[in-house]
Amino acid sequence: MRQLRPEPAPDEAGPRCALPLTSAPRSPYATAVARDTLTLIDDGRPHEVTAAFADGVVRVAPEDLRTAFGWELKPEGLCRGARCIPTRGEEALVTADGIDLARFAALVDRPLALDAAERTAYLGVGAGERAAQLASLEAPDFTLPDLDGRPHALSAYRGKKIFLLAYASW
Amino acid sequence: MLTVALDKSPEDARPWVEAAKPTHPSLVDTEHRLADLYGIVNVPTGVWIDERGRIVRPNDPTFGTDTFVEMHGIRSGPHLDALRAWVRSGTLPFDEAGVRRRQTLPAPEEQLARAEFALAWHLHRRGRIEAAERHFVRAGELAPLDLTIRRGSMPIRGLDPMGEPFVALYQEWLQSGRPYYVAIER
Repeated sequence: MRQLRPEPAPDEAGPRCALPLTSAPRSPYATAVARDTLTLIDDGRPHEVTAAFADGVVRVAPEDLRTAFGWELKPEGLCRGARCIPTRGEEALVTADGIDLARFAALVDRPLALDAAERTAYLGVGAGERAAQLASLEAPDFTLPDLDGRPHALSAYRGKKIFLLAYASW
Repeated sequence: MLTVALDKSPEDARPWVEAAKPTHPSLVDTEHRLADLYGIVNVPTGVWIDERGRIVRPNDPTFGTDTFVEMHGIRSGPHLDALRAWVRSGTLPFDEAGVRRRQTLPAPEEQLARAEFALAWHLHRRGRIEAAERHFVRAGELAPLDLTIRRGSMPIRGLDPMGEPFVALYQEWLQSGRPYYVAIER
């Protein structure tokens, strides 16, 4: 398959500038920040968010995190609905460039697969949440298509005994 | 019965479904969603769910025949007998505590591996093949005994899941004791 654009080398963090992006005097050790759109996939649902990329750290604009995920930074900590996670000791979590995505993921106990060079990240569901659901013995509901593309939900079969069998061509 | 093919496209599963001529729904899970929800690490995996939507027998390698019993060591007979007893008489092998004791619950590295696999698949579909390969490899490093990742990614990556790449993987799996889930007695 022909590539649409050349792939960056693995150690590149993305577009780099020879000069810092601000006009204020900067230390020679200041890192240039690249601002770009990040495709952030939330358990299968893609969102386009505004992000800042520097030194392998990806920061997301707080308003995008709130819109896409419902998490908001408040004095009490990182909050969603009635739930707040204390962020004392997380001084580096938020800067003017945004919220550190990797630290955010760790705080909400979700696994993050990140490819900064590809401007793409996948936020999965944590082991704690999956394990709690399974240990409750409530079979997790799902909707999947048949070979004709018709969706079938497990919950539609309530009232019947189900032998659920996962298999594969491999 | 509900069958779910953990395949990259419905076309990969179609030959199996058409050969079986099933009277039950045959579903396709290209995103490995079911694997994530149920902690599925290999196929075949069977789960029993009762009329109230409760798991009454947890993840178990449930084979329909003994065709490959020498490779995996699991006879099909006992589970099939138990399944028939449940369907016909409602006989359950374990109470709820017994089900919980036999559940294999996911670990953090396994969930991270699933996220890496999902990212890899997303990148691959957009033509970012080299980047995708890095994440497929990373997923396999995080969960080396999750065959839905290590073997399931092979067709996507142009590797033969029945050939050379699988031979090495099978040896690794064999030397680890042919792990699937918490062993359920037969």
